[in-house]
Amino acid sequence: MISLKGVSKSYNQQTKVVDDLNLEINDGELVVLVGESGCGKTTTMKMINRLIEPTSGDIFIDGKNIKSLNKNELRRNIGYVIQNIGLLPHQTIEKNIATVPLLCKKDKGEVKARVHELLDLIELPYDIYASRYPRELSGGQQQRIGVARALANNPDIILMDEPFSALDPITREQLQNELLKLQVELHKTIVFVTHDIDEALKLGDRIAVMADGNILQYDTPENILKHPVNDYVEAFVGTDRLWKTPDMLKAKEVMNKKIIKIGADRPILHAIELMKEHDTNILIVVENASSKSSKMLGILGINRLKGVSNPATKVRDIMKVDVIKIPQDMSLVEVLNIRKENGIQYSPVMDVAGNIIGIITNTSIINVLTDIVPDKEEY
Amino acid sequence: MDLINYVKDNYDLILKLTGQHISLAGIGVLLACAVGIPIGFLIVNHKKLSKVVVNIANIIQTIPSLALFAFAMPLFGIGSPPAIFALFLYALLPIIKNTFIGINNVDPAIIEAARGMGMSKTQIMFKVEVPMAISVIMGGIRIATVTGIGITTIAAMIGAGGLGQLIYQGLSMMNYEMIFTGAISSALLALLADFILGMLEMKLTSKGIVKEETI
Repeated sequence: MISLKGVSKSYNQQTKVVDDLNLEINDGELVVLVGESGCGKTTTMKMINRLIEPTSGDIFIDGKNIKSLNKNELRRNIGYVIQNIGLLPHQTIEKNIATVPLLCKKDKGEVKARVHELLDLIELPYDIYASRYPRELSGGQQQRIGVARALANNPDIILMDEPFSALDPITREQLQNELLKLQVELHKTIVFVTHDIDEALKLGDRIAVMADGNILQYDTPENILKHPVNDYVEAFVGTDRLWKTPDMLKAKEVMNKKIIKIGADRPILHAIELMKEHDTNILIVVENASSKSSKMLGILGINRLKGVSNPATKVRDIMKVDVIKIPQDMSLVEVLNIRKENGIQYSPVMDVAGNIIGIITNTSIINVLTDIVPDKEEY
Repeated sequence: MDLINYVKDNYDLILKLTGQHISLAGIGVLLACAVGIPIGFLIVNHKKLSKVVVNIANIIQTIPSLALFAFAMPLFGIGSPPAIFALFLYALLPIIKNTFIGINNVDPAIIEAARGMGMSKTQIMFKVEVPMAISVIMGGIRIATVTGIGITTIAAMIGAGGLGQLIYQGLSMMNYEMIFTGAISSALLALLADFILGMLEMKLTSKGIVKEETI
């Protein structure tokens, strides 16, 4: 466990890069520090391996104050991956990966076996890659080596400083996925710094959103998306992020809350008037429109009205009854699947009690989507 | 034809002077390495100091070589000591400058990674900075050696010997064979030294950082 207690860092009296920061990171947890540049996230991370010394406050690893440890020994027991990869260009891949174990004067045969094992782990075969030099590898391969090097001494903690942000988007995504896969196997305590909220949401067990040298919110990705503590976090996370992670979006967040109810015994003439009045083409049919808790009997779409010649026909007679009701907490992904499989246009959403609280239509989904369009055009 | 005969007849003398030439230039450059490389390292982390040092070395370089030999005489008398001192001063600039540039150009990300992995300052110097800067440092030594061998010809004027002696004697005796022998030997010596140092540079530079076109 890593705990930062009242940690501050300032380079002069006026500005504090990190200001009285408290943070606890559990063993085996991948914590992402995210924020705009200058928010203090990298400084915070570098204080953990003492590349930067805090002005005040203490950092403990497994209860030991890191001030009491030898700097270089501390660093040799913490994996470190940086944005610019930082492989030693004059050394082969094998020597690069072996750097830290060799600094620790480990047995050469053991180190060689470890390099072999790590290259297998990152799926770069030893026979092909061990004797190559970094520049003979692609950026993505180099950063895989960077990760392998960080793992070489089998540290419990790994610090990753924007490790994937210099890579092209496709490679970045690959490496993110590989990291998640590795983490399932290895269960390291990882502190991951990024400015990319999408990356944070994808990788983090917990995310610390930082600004002005402090943590605004430290929570799971889901809670950060849904319950941002303040406007800054909300703006930083962005409403569009929710859309990009549709499995976190629930039916009730996508539905149109404006539902128009109609009594089952009303004539369709009334239904047409209601549709005109409310500018909608779907009505929820209930026993009694004026009662609040009435259960849905069916739905009446505008298509059902076509070809009905008698304006006195009751709604009950032409409404669609076999309607799939969506529980309010169903994820958007599931909703979309159901809609696709059954060719449904209108999906009423019900609360826990079974009352209809909204309806998901193509329009309501598009509305969620259009919310993000103005944002996108700014890029 | 006369030139070949001259070389044949004065073989021993030429060999002796070549030996003197090599030792003058060699000692000068070696001393400059011993002093210049550490200075180059020291000034990397001190911007102001590096400017001062490089400027001083630049100024030394602008002093005409003949004058520098003359200035060295009151300090060291005549013979090889003042010559070596002047050669040493001349060799300093390219060695300091190239060491400085070579170390300074090491990608800070690599140093950062090395620190983050727990390398000590000395380990970073010997395992990262020196191997990465070695070709640039060697470049400085090559320049210093080639110019040093050229300038050593002037050392004969203050009685230090070397191949310059043939040139000066030849000039005063109007003996062109002597002049050419001195000049050509000195030029060949410079080329040979450059070639040998080039080989050494190749050997010392890791395959991982050799420039593509020289592979």
